[in-house]
Amino acid sequence: MARRVLVVEDSASTRAFVRAVLEGETFAQRLGGAEVTEAKSGFEAMRMLPRGPYDLIITDINMGDINGLELIAFVRKNEHHKSTPLVIISTQSTERDVERGMALGANKFVAKPFAAEQLVEACAEVLEAHHG
Amino acid sequence: MAEQGGGKGESDRAREEFLSEAQELIDGLGRDVLALDELSKVGRSDPELINDVFRAVHTLKGLSGLFGASMMSGLSHELEEVLDDLRLGRIELSQRVLDVVFRAVELYGMLLGVERGNGMDLSSDIEALLVSLGEVSHRGRAGGASPVAQYELDPGLLGVLTEYEEHRLRTNIQNGMSLYKLRVAFPLATIDSALDELKANARPHGEIITYLPTGGGSDADAIELEILIASKESVDTLRSALSGHQLAIEEVPRRPASPGARTSLPPMARLSVPAAPSFGPEAGTQLVADVARVPIASLAPPPDRDLTLRSVTQTVRVDIRKLDHLMNVVGELAIVRTELMAVVDRLRNRAEMRPLMQELLRLHRSFERHLEQMQGGILEVRMVPLGQVFEKLARVVRQLSREHDKQVNLVITGAETELDKLIVEELSDPLMHMIRNALDHGIESRDERLRAGKPPVGTIALNAFQKGNQVLLEVEDDGRGMDPKQIADVALRRGILTPDEARDLSVRDALSLIFRPGFTTREEATDLSGRGVGMDVVKTNIGKLGGVVEVSSDLGIGTKVTITLPITLAIISVLFVEVAGRTYAMPLTSVEEAIVYDQTATRTFEGREVMTVRGATLPICSLSRLFGHTTSSPPPHGFVVVTSVGNRRVGFIVDSLIGQQDIVIKALGRTLRGTRGFAGATELGDQRVALVLDASALVEEAFAEKERAA
Repeated sequence: MARRVLVVEDSASTRAFVRAVLEGETFAQRLGGAEVTEAKSGFEAMRMLPRGPYDLIITDINMGDINGLELIAFVRKNEHHKSTPLVIISTQSTERDVERGMALGANKFVAKPFAAEQLVEACAEVLEAHHG
Repeated sequence: MAEQGGGKGESDRAREEFLSEAQELIDGLGRDVLALDELSKVGRSDPELINDVFRAVHTLKGLSGLFGASMMSGLSHELEEVLDDLRLGRIELSQRVLDVVFRAVELYGMLLGVERGNGMDLSSDIEALLVSLGEVSHRGRAGGASPVAQYELDPGLLGVLTEYEEHRLRTNIQNGMSLYKLRVAFPLATIDSALDELKANARPHGEIITYLPTGGGSDADAIELEILIASKESVDTLRSALSGHQLAIEEVPRRPASPGARTSLPPMARLSVPAAPSFGPEAGTQLVADVARVPIASLAPPPDRDLTLRSVTQTVRVDIRKLDHLMNVVGELAIVRTELMAVVDRLRNRAEMRPLMQELLRLHRSFERHLEQMQGGILEVRMVPLGQVFEKLARVVRQLSREHDKQVNLVITGAETELDKLIVEELSDPLMHMIRNALDHGIESRDERLRAGKPPVGTIALNAFQKGNQVLLEVEDDGRGMDPKQIADVALRRGILTPDEARDLSVRDALSLIFRPGFTTREEATDLSGRGVGMDVVKTNIGKLGGVVEVSSDLGIGTKVTITLPITLAIISVLFVEVAGRTYAMPLTSVEEAIVYDQTATRTFEGREVMTVRGATLPICSLSRLFGHTTSSPPPHGFVVVTSVGNRRVGFIVDSLIGQQDIVIKALGRTLRGTRGFAGATELGDQRVALVLDASALVEEAFAEKERAA
């Protein structure tokens, strides 16, 4: 069964890359494929959230309007999404921001740049943990 | 879809997306850095701009890593450190830092070229830059104790600040600003633009540190935000500045000096309970009391604003080849239109078909109108402002003027002038060349200028403007100018010019010698008080775009190089003419007029065949002879198409004029591509093909022919 994934990222090519990974074969074999929804800003993500539920949220931190941390805080406060597995994709240099993200309730951090397998691995980990 | 997986096609697309996104980021970066440089000249800075630069590099770093562009990613990594230091106030925005950042922007452009496969080796350049980056960065120097603790700020809010936002908060507090919390609810659909408006209104009064969605609000279609803003204004001033927005403003109180005596303000978290139906004064809070409670439904925008509000997401990036394809389709449709008209004409002669013919004619007109609109529409999409190229040039001027220690003002006008995207892309190298020459050879040293009684700072003007169907670009300097005699001497030495030719050489012809191949080489260019570095290449490249380059110069006063270009490459208006039974298309941009050929008005003058037209002498040339058709002598009843390219005019003798039309020009096939004198081909309505003449090559050919004959 395909997983519904919300990808929040302000860079179009990173979104395209993440989409390619999620819709790729490895992900399909391990996790049954993905149905990807893209959001290119925190606000757009908030607009997309009510169209969920999502099985997984992947978000960047440094974004134009509301930052990823604020989005994570918002997601965790929301009745419908408070336990949705959430993966941060960000560069290592924003270490302190990543720490905060994890403290706010993110489940996993994947440092950019990452290889396709790393992302699949991280998704598998949080999805499997979530479903027990 | 999910089962199929993202095969190679998807990754290729992602890679293409990467290249174009990186290009956009680098362009934006260049613009921002240039703006920072301008600000720093007047001793100012802009934290938002610095943060934009940081974020662009941050994104580039992520991207290049993802797509295996290791050098770009390495450079970004180091650059990001420096920019991070800069935005977090660890280092100052000095001239030196700016230089390094400029160099990085330049290298980014080259690295992207490498990613596109131009095979340059940049490793030593990168190496050198990494060293300079290391020198300017101040790793690990931490800031002092946080002044943020003085304020009654909710830990929930502080917990979602990024490091950068925290830094801005600290800086603002240190600068003596007061902190305010705004609460406002926006409809989800229009939040981006509504927020932009709020930002614009707030900007003159302070700096927005962060936006935090509270999770409150009764309506699923609205977002309630808590906005932290730092301002020197009082709460009343701020409130009236933002009175157009329906929001609540509250000053964040400072903690009393003595700990223990806390104010009665409860943590913000209490206000943002998810279930809270709306915001407003609650017991025990110090929210300003007079703010009206606004039902969220009433915040929906009036319907007429709907269009502008969505602008953020309304751009698409399109491969220019797709537009070329669409233009070809328009070309096909134009042929259909012509064929349709032929049918109308056939019906015209049949009385019983008259009503049908009229109906068809009406349809034809309507078809034609819509086709024109479509053509116009596609052309418009292809147009981009020249500003894109000018920004790059401004960077080059800045860099060169530092390298050569010559002070130069670059004055740009007409950056908004639009040209076909393909032309704009091809322009950057020739323009770069011309600017380099102006700086290198045109502008004198400071001392030399002072001795000549000129202002010590030189000026290079870059002007662009539209003139009819053409765009004119001028690069003008107030340097030492070029000496026609000296140019002629060099040309003589190089064997480009014969002593005979040199004797009665006009000033203009002398100056245009710099466009001859082999006129001068780089090493020797400095001998000459002018330019000449690769100007033949400039001319060839501009010629390929259907343009012309001309130069004028006054010794001691300055030099002006003018490029004349067609607005677009995709479509041109032509005059169809017949020569020796064949149809040719002459671009109308270079046609001045067509007059009746009068053999009695022609004579030979200085070895050239000329014709007197309204008292002036016009060199003429038979196209039929030029093309080597067997009918050597012009027919007695021909026409002369007066063609001008740059400052040169030639009358081309043709057999007859067919008419003018807008055509879609197509490239010649591989075997014909190198043929001089033809710019391309176009289809005629009756399945035939006509060659499109290359006016500038023909005019040159006509002059050369005369010179050979002489």
